[in-house]
Amino acid sequence: MELLLHQVMAGLATGGIYACMALAVVMIYQAIDHLNFAQGEMAMFSTFIAWQVMQWGQPYWVAFAAAVVLSFIGGVLIERVLFRPIHNAPVLSSLVAFIALFSILNSAAGYLWDYTIKTFPTPFGHKPLLAGLADTHEAGMIGVTLGLLGLLYLFFRGTRLGLAMRAAAANPESARLVGIRVGWMTALGWGMAASIGAVAGMLIAPVVFLEPNMMLGVLLYGFAGAVLGGLTSPGGAVLGGFAVGVIENVAGTFIPYVGRELKLTIALVLIVAVLMVRPSGLFGRSVVSRV
Amino acid sequence: MKQVTRRTILAAAPAVLTLAAIPARAQKKYGPGVTDTEIKVGNTGPYSGPASSYSPVPKSIVAWCKMVNDQGGVNGRKINLLSYDDAYTPPKTVEQIRKLVEQDEVLCTVGTLGTPTNSAIWQYMNQKKVPQLFVATGATKWDDPKGHPWTIGWQPNYQSEGRIYAAYLLQEKPNGKIGVLYQNDDFGKDYLKGLKDGLGEKKSMIAVEASYETTDPTVDSQIVDMKAKGIDVFVNTAIPKFAAQSIRKAAEIEWKPLHILSSIGASVGATLKPAGFENCKGLISDFYLKDPSDPQWKDDAGFKEWSAFMDKYLPDGDKLDAGNVAGASLAAMTVQVLKQCGDELTRENVMKQAANLHDVTVPMLLPGIKANTSPTDFAPLKQVQMARFTGERWELFGPLITGAVT
Amino acid sequence: MSPPADDIATKESVPFVAAAGAAAPAEALPGAATGWLAGRHLLIAAAIAVAALMPFFFKSFVTFQLTQVMVYALAILGLNILTGFNGQFSLGHSAFYGIGAYTAAILMHDYDVGYVWTLPAAGAVCFAVGFLFGLPALRLQGLYLALATFALAIALPQILKFGPLEHWTGGVQGLFIDKPDPPFGLPIDSDQWLYYFTLIVLLLLFLAVRNLARSRTGRAIMAIRDHPIAAAAMGVNSSLYKTLTFGVSALYTGIAGALGAIVVQFVAPDSFSFLLSVSFLVGLIIGGIGSIPGCLVGGIFVLYVPNIAESISRGLAGAIYGIILLIIIFVMPSGAAGFVRLANAWIAGKWRPNPTARSTLGQPRR
Repeated sequence: MELLLHQVMAGLATGGIYACMALAVVMIYQAIDHLNFAQGEMAMFSTFIAWQVMQWGQPYWVAFAAAVVLSFIGGVLIERVLFRPIHNAPVLSSLVAFIALFSILNSAAGYLWDYTIKTFPTPFGHKPLLAGLADTHEAGMIGVTLGLLGLLYLFFRGTRLGLAMRAAAANPESARLVGIRVGWMTALGWGMAASIGAVAGMLIAPVVFLEPNMMLGVLLYGFAGAVLGGLTSPGGAVLGGFAVGVIENVAGTFIPYVGRELKLTIALVLIVAVLMVRPSGLFGRSVVSRV
Repeated sequence: MKQVTRRTILAAAPAVLTLAAIPARAQKKYGPGVTDTEIKVGNTGPYSGPASSYSPVPKSIVAWCKMVNDQGGVNGRKINLLSYDDAYTPPKTVEQIRKLVEQDEVLCTVGTLGTPTNSAIWQYMNQKKVPQLFVATGATKWDDPKGHPWTIGWQPNYQSEGRIYAAYLLQEKPNGKIGVLYQNDDFGKDYLKGLKDGLGEKKSMIAVEASYETTDPTVDSQIVDMKAKGIDVFVNTAIPKFAAQSIRKAAEIEWKPLHILSSIGASVGATLKPAGFENCKGLISDFYLKDPSDPQWKDDAGFKEWSAFMDKYLPDGDKLDAGNVAGASLAAMTVQVLKQCGDELTRENVMKQAANLHDVTVPMLLPGIKANTSPTDFAPLKQVQMARFTGERWELFGPLITGAVT
Repeated sequence: MSPPADDIATKESVPFVAAAGAAAPAEALPGAATGWLAGRHLLIAAAIAVAALMPFFFKSFVTFQLTQVMVYALAILGLNILTGFNGQFSLGHSAFYGIGAYTAAILMHDYDVGYVWTLPAAGAVCFAVGFLFGLPALRLQGLYLALATFALAIALPQILKFGPLEHWTGGVQGLFIDKPDPPFGLPIDSDQWLYYFTLIVLLLLFLAVRNLARSRTGRAIMAIRDHPIAAAAMGVNSSLYKTLTFGVSALYTGIAGALGAIVVQFVAPDSFSFLLSVSFLVGLIIGGIGSIPGCLVGGIFVLYVPNIAESISRGLAGAIYGIILLIIIFVMPSGAAGFVRLANAWIAGKWRPNPTARSTLGQPRR
């Protein structure tokens, strides 16, 4: 029983990372209507920028701000330069663009900063909590994730700009008709997505250590969490992220013999099983189509 | 004038015969890829893809060869090393190696990296009779002179390291409860096997076998699990990223087992510094190469030579990355083999010389460790030395241990 | 009456369905060829003749590369059947490729089965797995289906490395396969024989898909992709066709995997990671979704472009690869097949600007 509790707690701690990523994935999806496969690499690259700024002698908060601002600009540029020209192409073609972006960022990061792991500081410190099952940083990370979730909820539901972005993503033609500058909405969405990704990266790096390949696994788990929770529900995505962390740990420890080596497989199988029952994720809205 | 009698002829015969023999030895015999001014060799490595963190190995081999060329080459010939990317996928390795052998016509391959990748070309190289020199992986199977006479290993293999840990544990903590952290692939499983084989009947000491995938973000939960199960001996064969995570987490949850790190994860700069030096006191590991970030080698001649090499030929290279040490050492050993060939640079002779290394050292090998091969022994490096981390540097202790996998 | 707000949340399923439809191939409908493609039969015959002669002009290893191109083209064709013709998105085809490869390897390694028989065996096994996977997948759409297939791609290497199965799969060390010799003592070497063997298999399977596309079944499959509700209303048994398509798609990719294993002579779990799935998808898109000849372009791309990227800059090979991808997708947003169709229409005097835009009011911009 105690072991179960341990593993659940440890799973929640790791799940915090996935939840953070899942939130970024879903927010971006809501803003730009694409699943951004390069999200992890963008976050990693932003974190490296922050690290580099700190290497040049600046304090943490300057680096943090620099990373967020530069990522925003970067996101807007990526939308304008890369995705705008192909926005009329079949949707799967933009998938190629995402993969290309992934490849470029990953390779460039490895070239610029090498593969040796680097420590990344955290404003929350690393003091243990709950008898070592979590630490202050992980608590801080969860707090920031939930805070971001709240802020974004308020933004999208409560402000005109947020409403305009949702409209532009959902129904561009009608949005244009009511005077929304759809192109700029999408660019703004990308910028925000990049910034959120940067924050996620800077929260995750202190736990996993900074290196060019740090986000691949996180993105996969974050994606799984987002789908589990439902791609239309940011709150669901966060819950989904936590759930993935817990499922993975508990399955790995408790399913005898098999669990140890097939942890990831079992976690994904369970998620797919949940999707069988609720095909749009636990909290997602189901697809209704009119004939 | 002396008369040419039967006696003079007989007296002169040995001299004549010797004179006749000498030109045959000084004659140049060239295999594919060799000219009077050049030796063409090849290799593949993961320059891209998820294993690109190992790219310093082939990069440093290329750079070392460049340095040797600038210093005059090998017996007057420059080494032309063609290095291709295989992204750590075996089908790509097969394609690139076939290109090297069939299109570029290289003399041999040097330091091809990875177990599945080298496995994929193993049969091909031996069928085509092309030397597969110094494969950059620690799998045990490369030491197989009878079955695969054209393939030769390089580093102390993982299973023998595992056995060495087992021997150490049986001595230091014979009643311990062991937890093993290993990567879920060939190298991790080899360590585990070596450890189990070394423990023999006391295999049951291993209470937890925790694996991880390279795509896992952290191994924190495995550490928590081990503490909860009362493990007091932790054999940590993880790569630097996960080794650092485990050290830091263990310190956070105040878990202080007897902590053995494998040589892969023991670099001061790449693992211990990120984990925090204060958390690393008392760590045990084994070494065969000098750790460039360890201050004890600061004034060592071999280290200075390597450091100068890095400064000039790989200025963007990371001096903390053990891959740069491994690649440079591997290249240096290859240069030794080529030197030993003299002017007879055929594939057969390359293999013969590779199987004929006696007490060869290269700058970054630990003092006392030498490479030795013979026609029945295709494992050049077999020795390691244990070390304990003082909080600042690795303190070597004990004798040189020869890991043997019979 | 305006639609209720909730209907706007139809994002997930529509994109992939309509996207594939937007790139519907002209070749799938008989009689649609125009311009210089009208002489297509001659063109195909000429292409086959060139292909048959190629091994005699190149070194063995180039023949080996071309054989691999064909293997990848076949794998991409399998994915095309599912995504291009049926609109179901899959990130899991590396699993079918891997299952096919291991089926062939285990049969040849442990049971001494002749290499020719491993192909139908691999096909059968993969058909079964694909069909069984397709059943629960019926409930999933778009990105949710993507995750399910992705789970499959991740699961396979883990299962292959799994301890208790090591006896059959060879675990992390993999399995070796002997190279088949040319039959009947033909005066060609093994590489050339494998090339012809693969070429024959490829042509037969391409022909089969083409016939399928033109048949009633094919039209039903494509109808499900374009207008699932209308298709169901017309009496098309959606569930059956969708699962069958999954099975057939897996079958094709499985046979490709078996061929791949025979050609490379080695299988190991890490050769079949989900990155291979991504490669197939990229190859499919570059070749043109829904286009059968496009698969060959895709195969060429998957094999040669990483080599090109590497020759430009080894240290930044990944970045160069990404840049090449971007350039191609900018120049040919609908893939090579789309580009050819545009060029053909332009030549035939029917060119219109922006023919792929589907701008209808009230519908999502896709």
